[in-house]
This record gives sequence, C-alpha cells and structure tokens, in this order.
Amino acid sequence: MDRTTIDLWVGVFVALGVAALLGLAMKVGNLTSNKIGDTYSVSAAFENIGGLKPNAPVKSAGVVVGRVADIKFDPKAYEAVVTIKIDKRFEFPKDTFANIYTAGLLGEQYLGLEAGGEDDVLKNGDKITQTQDAVVLEKMISQFLYNKASETDPKTDAGGAKSDAKASGEKSGEPKSTELGDAPF
Amino acid sequence: MKSILFNGLSKLLRGIGRRMIERIWRLGAGARLFFLTIIYSGESFRRFHLTLREVYFTGVMSLLIIIVSAFFVGMVLGLQGYNTLQKYGSSEAIGVLVALSLVRELGPVVTALLFAGRAGTAITAEIGLMKTTEQLSAMEMMAVNPIARVVAPRFWAGVISMPILAALFSMVGVLGGYLVAVPLIGVDDGAFWSQMQASVDVREDIVNGVIKSVVFGVACTMIALFEGFDAPPTAEGVSHATTRTVVISSLTVLALDFVLTSFMITV
Repeated sequence: MDRTTIDLWVGVFVALGVAALLGLAMKVGNLTSNKIGDTYSVSAAFENIGGLKPNAPVKSAGVVVGRVADIKFDPKAYEAVVTIKIDKRFEFPKDTFANIYTAGLLGEQYLGLEAGGEDDVLKNGDKITQTQDAVVLEKMISQFLYNKASETDPKTDAGGAKSDAKASGEKSGEPKSTELGDAPF
Repeated sequence: MKSILFNGLSKLLRGIGRRMIERIWRLGAGARLFFLTIIYSGESFRRFHLTLREVYFTGVMSLLIIIVSAFFVGMVLGLQGYNTLQKYGSSEAIGVLVALSLVRELGPVVTALLFAGRAGTAITAEIGLMKTTEQLSAMEMMAVNPIARVVAPRFWAGVISMPILAALFSMVGVLGGYLVAVPLIGVDDGAFWSQMQASVDVREDIVNGVIKSVVFGVACTMIALFEGFDAPPTAEGVSHATTRTVVISSLTVLALDFVLTSFMITV
C-alpha cells in the first residue's frame, strides 16, 4: 500500500476521533439547545425550582409542549426566573398556572402548565404570574413531622399526667387508701 | 516416605522461586525496553510516515471491530438500564447511565481489551517473527537500531490510536444507547440528552476517560512490543508470546483501571 493511501486513511481516522471527542464534549457533556420548531418564550418566577434543569420538558396535560430554555437567579427578589420556550402552535391563557412537578418518585423535574380561563393569550416575553414551587421533600417531611407532633402533643401530655397520677397512686397506694378510708369516717 | 515429601516440597518451592525471579526479570527488561523506546523515539517523529503506517495498521484496521462492538455495548446498556430504571420510575435517567458508564469505564477499558486482542497480538507476532527470521539482527548488522526503526513507531502509533478509538467507542456507544432508549423504548428525547448533559462533566468524566485511554495505550502497546521482542525465536515461542500478550495486557488494563479510578475519584 502506498504512502498517500495510508495518509488518507490515517487522516480519516484522526478526523473521526476528533469528531467523536467533539461530539462527546458538545452533545454528551455540554449544553446544546435542541429546538422544537418555532417557539415563543415566556418567563415565570419561582421561589424554589428544586432540581429543574435547562432543557427539561414543559408539559401541559402530560404532553410536551416546550422546553425550559434558561434558569436565572434574580438577586433583587431572590427568586429563580425560568424562561421557557413553548411551541408556537400552542397558545395558553394569561392566567395559566405553572407548577414544577417530579416525574416519579426519583425522576427528573419538569414544568407543568395548567391553562386558566382568560381570553387573552400569553405572548412572547410575557410573564406567568401564578406559579407553584417545587416540592422539597425535606420540607414536606419536616412539616409532616411538625404537624404530627403538634397533633399528638396534648394527648401525650394528658397521658403522661394520667400515668403520673397512676404511678403516684400506686406508689403511695397504702397511705392514700388509708387517707381515703379515713376521710369519710 | 519422608524424603519423597521433602523432595516434592523443595521442588515446588524452587519452581515458585524460579517463576517469581523470571517475572521480576521480565518486568525489569520490559521497563528497560520502555526507556530505550522513549530515548530512541526521535526517529519515529522525524520520519513520521513510519509512525503513520503503524497508525494505519493498529488504529484504522481496528475501526470496524471497535465501532461494531461499541454499538452493541451501548444498546445492551440501554436495554438493561431501562429494565432496572423503570422500576423506580426514572427511565429518563437512562441517558446518564449509558453515557457515564461508557465515558468513564467501558469506553477506555473495552477498547483496550479489544485493542490488545486485535492490534497487540499482531504487533507481538510481527516482531516475534522478525526476530525468528533474524531481521532484527540483520538491522543491527546494518547499523540500524531496531528499537528506533521497529519498536518506537509501533509504540507511538498505539499511544496515538488508543484515545481516538476510545473516544469513538464512547460516542458510538452513546448513539447505540440512544437508539434503544428513544426510538425503540420511547424515552423522552430531550430528557435523555438533558439529563445526560447535566450529569456528564467535561473535565471530570470525558478528560479523565481520555487520560485513562492514553495510559492503557502505553501499557497495551508496550506489553505487546516487549513480548514480541522477548519471544524465543521459534514457532512455539512466538505463539506463547502472542498468548501472553493478550493475558497480561487484559490483566494490566483491569488492574490499572482500578488504580486510575481510585486516583480520579478521590482527587
């Protein structure tokens, strides 16, 4: 095999390797925007976005209608501003509700849109005012425990008092009974 | 009775000792060949077409086996990963599973194992046969250094080819996993890539994978070269050397992988 053929094949080989590395870096490793036709972007502010990530799906009634384009932190309001891109074919009323949901127990988080009843529709650059934050599991658990504790606290107190009385009664069983026995007579 | 037992025991111990000494001797000779290769590798860059020729034989000729096996490995990872992940309702994480296991471990390791089988054996057999037919001695007689002319270009070709093959393996494997997960099973396309992109770090995962494959390239090629260079000049000797190349390369790659991973994870 002559030298130019070998050079050509080695060139192809190295080019393939560089392409694979670039592909790994761009497609597997880094962010690349993947587009879904023509879109319009809408923003929504959340106090807590949980684990929502750029490029996460935006669903309405469970159907993917767009993607999360960008997540920024607003240093004035201390809120997360999520920019979403919605497919031009789908129009949503101005009073649409934006929620952050989790797919499954450990699944990824996505943004859910629940359409409101207004006639005006969201346009490019509009802001969704009605939002609900992501559910943070720790918060939920601590709230649950707090509720549980406040629910059972009086009961346990009462129970404690009762058992205290019982214990004291048992302990001082003999003298009490004599006292009691003494009293009426 | 006693003397038979004693004789047997001493024979066993002597055998173990001889084997140990031989292994250590081979390790030392291999290290010496490695340093000589580095010292005499000037010519393989001055006359770069020598190295390019070897890149063709070790790298380009391994393309097919690497791409086909990567594709199947990726597809199997996709199927198996989905099977487990959907039990926890997080089948979107399949992209992360496929990409991380390929980029961090399977890409470099399986490529190195295939490389040892496909290219390492060829190197050992070629050099062993060169030695058997006294081509290496003839070179020395003509004042051509066989390490500079034969060993070093093959060494650098292996070191250049391995990371390229490993990167290709990872990329093709990810595509195979994608093919199973998205069109076949129906995992969301965007979630597949977005979760993958969110979890795969360029520095931590991809660059570390490339570092691994370079180290494996040095180890595999050097073992193949040494076994060929050291083979007894008989047909049987060359065949034994070829077998040893595969066995030692595979074990070395797996052991090195553990060492490298432990360094990379703690640091």
